Amino acid sequence: MGFKKLSLNLVIKFTNILFVPFMLFALIGVSQVYAQSGNPPTADQINAIAKQLYCPVCENTPLDVCPTQACAQWRDVIRDKLVAGWNEEQIKEYFVNQYGDRVLAEPPKRGLNWLVYVLPPIFFLGGLVLVYKNIKNARKLESTITSAPIVEDDPFLKEFEDVLRKMEENGKNG
Amino acid sequence: MITNIGYGSLIITFVLSLYGIVAAIYGERKNLYRFVESARVAMLLTFPMLTLVALSIITLLVTQHYEVQYVYNTTSQSMPIYLKITALWGGQSGSLVFWAWLMSAFASAVSIRKWSRDRDLLPWVIVVSLVTLAFFLSMIIFFENPFQRFWASPGSREIVAMFQPAGTQLLIPNDGRGLNPLLRHPGMVIHPPMLYLGFVSFVIPFAFGIAALITGRKDDRWIRLTRRWTLVAWMFLSIGLILGSRWAYDVLGWGGYWAWDPVENAALMPWLTGTAFLHSVMIQEKRGLFKRWNMILVILTYSLVIFGTFLTRSGVLSSVHAFAQSAIGPMFFIFIGITFIISLALLIKRWGDLKSEGVMHSLLSRESLFLLNNLLFIGILVVVFWGTVFPLISELLTGQKVTVAAPFYQRSTAPLFAGLLLLMGIAPLSAWGHSTWKTLGKAMWKPGLLSLIVLLGMIISGVHSIGALLGFWLASFAFFITIHEFWRGTKARHKRSGENYLTAFFRLAARNRRRYGGYLIHLSVVLMAIGIIGIEGYQTETQAKLKAGESIQLSGYTVTFKSLAEFDTNDGRNVARAVLDVSKNGKNLGQLYPRRDYFYDSQQPMTIPGVRSTIEDDLYIVLVNWEQISSGSATFKVFHNPLINWLWIGGILLIFGSFVAAWPDQERSLQLERKLASQNSSVVPVSSSD
Repeated sequence: MGFKKLSLNLVIKFTNILFVPFMLFALIGVSQVYAQSGNPPTADQINAIAKQLYCPVCENTPLDVCPTQACAQWRDVIRDKLVAGWNEEQIKEYFVNQYGDRVLAEPPKRGLNWLVYVLPPIFFLGGLVLVYKNIKNARKLESTITSAPIVEDDPFLKEFEDVLRKMEENGKNG
Repeated sequence: MITNIGYGSLIITFVLSLYGIVAAIYGERKNLYRFVESARVAMLLTFPMLTLVALSIITLLVTQHYEVQYVYNTTSQSMPIYLKITALWGGQSGSLVFWAWLMSAFASAVSIRKWSRDRDLLPWVIVVSLVTLAFFLSMIIFFENPFQRFWASPGSREIVAMFQPAGTQLLIPNDGRGLNPLLRHPGMVIHPPMLYLGFVSFVIPFAFGIAALITGRKDDRWIRLTRRWTLVAWMFLSIGLILGSRWAYDVLGWGGYWAWDPVENAALMPWLTGTAFLHSVMIQEKRGLFKRWNMILVILTYSLVIFGTFLTRSGVLSSVHAFAQSAIGPMFFIFIGITFIISLALLIKRWGDLKSEGVMHSLLSRESLFLLNNLLFIGILVVVFWGTVFPLISELLTGQKVTVAAPFYQRSTAPLFAGLLLLMGIAPLSAWGHSTWKTLGKAMWKPGLLSLIVLLGMIISGVHSIGALLGFWLASFAFFITIHEFWRGTKARHKRSGENYLTAFFRLAARNRRRYGGYLIHLSVVLMAIGIIGIEGYQTETQAKLKAGESIQLSGYTVTFKSLAEFDTNDGRNVARAVLDVSKNGKNLGQLYPRRDYFYDSQQPMTIPGVRSTIEDDLYIVLVNWEQISSGSATFKVFHNPLINWLWIGGILLIFGSFVAAWPDQERSLQLERKLASQNSSVVPVSSSD
């Protein structure tokens, strides 16, 4: 019994001598890194950035929800960069440098990419001008004609609208 | 044997289609009606022939003929029989056959209607329908033959060919690769058929529109003839889109329902022009305006239907280079180009004939508001189209791939959708021809007031986001106006006929299904909008690695990890299934079981979330990762999705509303027919059951 206790103590001592300095060293090392950025990043902090980056090899899949192994590794990269004290913009820039503009949710506003942002509003404004012209003509005409609402061509609807109108005129509707 | 029957039927159908096209044109040009009649019979026959083709493929799939490449690629022994059948549309060539088969069903249905009053249109309806069908058949026969088999040459080289190459033997693999696991979902079983039904049924209004252009008819007969087709097409497309969203929500495990993915956009685009068309045709019917615009819309819708199929089938989405290497991609591109140019050329030729019969009288008339509605729909279309194709253009011109993802679409389309909600409120109250602010205000003030009370309630209850407040206000405005319209009609009927309110309500809707079906659809859009605002504006999420017994909190919910089990199933899956306790404010709500299925045959994983659904919200939990052996822990991602169920409830109401709107108004139609007959009028009944 006594021998067993002694040998156990020796093992613990030996372990302490061998591993405690190593563990302490490791802890100091880690805490030095964390010291740069505070607490270790949470999954939510990683996802907040991963959400804005798109998988460079899949189609239209944000990194935070991409189920592939490759994306899991890219999320690890984001974690490592956060641990190293990088901020969101630096990490996004790193991914763009590594994999190109396609990792961003939208093309950066330069060169040909401007077309993405400019063309739809131009089309819409063009459409708006057309509608405006149509309505402007209509308003001109409105002042020259005394038009009544178009009579329903459906006998049922006509009857129905007549009843409604009468009710409203008599102030009973409500 | 079966492959030969299927392939033979395919060839015969292709020849029939070509014959039909030639006979219809010849008969029309030479005024030989028997040729047109013969073409009609040819079109009718395409359906039974393609049914034979589809049945041949289904037989091969079910009887596990793995020597057929298509069967090998889409099925495996472990798959249940219903999935083997639905594998008909699980792969490239099968889905093209399925497309063509549905197209032939619609073409045949068109061919058996009464043509006595529209003989001039018939040949061209046949030509357009059969040209579309023949194009798809040619793609199948020459590029994507589903009946090709594996052959082994003496040097054990594997050859894929329809007929046995000299010196080879049939190669029969023991098992197939199986269907992509993501497609093994009940939603996926119905989703593609609905989408395809929507796609192909839009071909019919297009065929009539082109027939009207070629024959030079200036009236709106083609619109009246195809009104129900359009509505049915729109309904199928809507069901397809809703089911697709539900599938994404259930299977993809990312907590959302719509990713603005190019494949989703491909289906949305014809729906947008189709919806604009459904509104715009009413202006032509009532006021004789916008004839040209309606033609443009129907041409656009058809082109977008083919474009949608092209996007999903050509490989262009993965890369423009894949498209160039794809056998059918360039063919689709050419077909879209040619049909679009011919259609536009015909429209330009008839431009003068399609002048509006009247002018718009008032800014607030219903036609003006419908015009704005069309502008907004087309605005959304432009955003979606441009966002979808720009990455391809960028890659083509600069070699640089870019992503245009959800944030772009959300930002660009949100104001347009808001505008549509506003119009949905105002337009039903405006009159055709002429309305004033006074009449509109009179009709609108009560629902408007109620919606403002809702807005106030929202502010008091702590909603501060301007976007959400505006969205909820617009939704409640449209909601109260639609309800008020139902109420007005029911009350009028009750006063006039003495019916009780419930009877009056049902008879009111039954007597004018198109109008009240439309209102039901409006209500459904309001409900869907509530769901969309809820999830888009208020979704929260968190992720954590938990050991057994540990918990995470989100939006009042506490989720506690109990255990995780990993096991194999009989149908070839390895399942990792977690058990989680869910409670809210200390009250136990039961357990959820998020899991990850790994399919051995296709070597693909599938994430199935654990979801707790209520009217108020969904708690949606995804199993992200687990380290059972090393640490006994697992990583979970938890989403809180407020109001999302209103999206699905609205979806169901939308389908119901579409049914109501598309259902023939038999009683009234007969009454009108009688009335018109008594007046010896040759006017077409307004609500014919065509």
